[in-house]
Amino acid sequence: MAETRWMTINMGPQHPATHGVLRLVLELDGEIIVKAIPHIGHLHRGVEKLAENRTYHQVIPLTDRLDYTNAMGNNLAYVLAVEKLLGIEVPKRAQYLRVMMAELQRIAAHLIWLGTHVLDIGATTPIFYTFREREEVLRIFEEVAGGRLTPTYLRIGGVAKDLPEGIDEKIRDFVKVFPQRINEYETLLTQNIIWLKRTKEVGVISKEDAINWGVTGPTLRGSGVKWDVRKAFPYSSYDEFEFDIPVGTVGDVYDRYIVRLREMEWSNSIVRQALDRLPKGPILADDPRVVLPNKEMVLTDIASLIRQFKIVSEGFKPPKGEVYASVEAAKGELGFYIISDGSNRPFRLRIRPPSFLNLGALPRMIEGSLIADVISTIGSIDIVLGEIDR
Amino acid sequence: MSDLYLAVNRLKEKFPDSILEVVTFRGEITAKVTKKDIYEICQFLYSDPELQYHMLTDLCGVDYFPETPRFEIVYLLHSFKLNHRLRLKIRINEGESVSSVESIWKAANWLEREVYDLFGIKFENHPDLRRILLWDGYEGHPLRKDFPVEGPDFDKPYVPEV
Repeated sequence: MAETRWMTINMGPQHPATHGVLRLVLELDGEIIVKAIPHIGHLHRGVEKLAENRTYHQVIPLTDRLDYTNAMGNNLAYVLAVEKLLGIEVPKRAQYLRVMMAELQRIAAHLIWLGTHVLDIGATTPIFYTFREREEVLRIFEEVAGGRLTPTYLRIGGVAKDLPEGIDEKIRDFVKVFPQRINEYETLLTQNIIWLKRTKEVGVISKEDAINWGVTGPTLRGSGVKWDVRKAFPYSSYDEFEFDIPVGTVGDVYDRYIVRLREMEWSNSIVRQALDRLPKGPILADDPRVVLPNKEMVLTDIASLIRQFKIVSEGFKPPKGEVYASVEAAKGELGFYIISDGSNRPFRLRIRPPSFLNLGALPRMIEGSLIADVISTIGSIDIVLGEIDR
Repeated sequence: MSDLYLAVNRLKEKFPDSILEVVTFRGEITAKVTKKDIYEICQFLYSDPELQYHMLTDLCGVDYFPETPRFEIVYLLHSFKLNHRLRLKIRINEGESVSSVESIWKAANWLEREVYDLFGIKFENHPDLRRILLWDGYEGHPLRKDFPVEGPDFDKPYVPEV
């Protein structure tokens, strides 16, 4: 009588298909996964602790580095929380610019996901196409904000600067061709028999389980829950845009793939709507306590110079209280919970990371399936370790 | 307005002695509740057919050092039915432990591990209470207010000699 044993296999943290420094310990019965234990924290930088020792303005660059594929969305979640705490109203033009940038960023983030996810499964071609389009988005960011990966474009009360001359033509060009590009990806994948075999009925999570595990974003919608923060708790004028929430039915890898593709189309449409209806007006709130003065004024007017100096060195003091603001980031619901004690630094800044909770449900998705499906499942929940470990 | 306070009013009916205070700030409702009833309160909010707080959006700790009770645990619940968020808070002293809500929401599994890791708060009946972001054997809990932000490494990971 042969002895039956489970085999323990270590996967990561240095593994190309774990999308960062994720380590998985897998217990196997032959090729079947009996137990999966994720180990995280290799990228822990203590962002929440660091934020407690910075003024409110100084926290913005830290947020870029959470989910580094979705910097604009992270900025947006943080500034919304601070603005809610302060109770200030952001001008319409700034709100539209924020929406436009957040949606372009969503497209860029989903393009990275698509390229790398498909590459993990073995198709080398699509990554060259998706990175071609992502490059166009990053070039737009570079012109608008000066940065590509970590633009730090948003400010408390508005955005850093207005659109540069001639950029709307470039955005329009991108928006015009992008739907055809999605078609190109689809011709490579959607009906591809190998792709279907690797993704259909793989990594399934039911509606009830997904909610219970706190899963959000495309992963939740792939399981058929029609829920999106942009619709449920509209922020930054999202209620003025027309878009739909794509949902899946089964909750497998394929459904999440379809959901993200449709989401890119809607994001593209939102960018076009924002560009068409971009209101004129200021890009920063009129609140001298919080908002930095115009650079020209700083150089010519002593009062503005003093104000600039005070805001940069001391910051501002919001009222005592606590707020939670969240956005639909590329990965799911990204929330910032700020407790203010009335001083110029946040007393506690809690980040609600979508990838953290989505990854928490990974064992639920892969236990009982084949080891080869781990790769496609990790790819399909689209994790970024910078955000999980913070 | 009454709709917003539906959950809080139901809670007050059901647990008249456990709701200490209800605060509304910027349209967000926070209920401070007693520590001993937190599990029952969560269970009720989850299973009540009118409320159905089926999602635990967030769970985090706060350190109010040097106040007593020192720590606070914040639960942020979300109901798809009401499209509403409700925040619950409990205060606990150093060294005390809290009932885990993992058996209600699986999401609490990792969230409670994180609170344990960064604040050193223990959760009763948690199936797998280990450190999550820091390595096993790390000394100290970084999000406590008396933990320094800067300084020399006092706890290096153990590297065996070759």
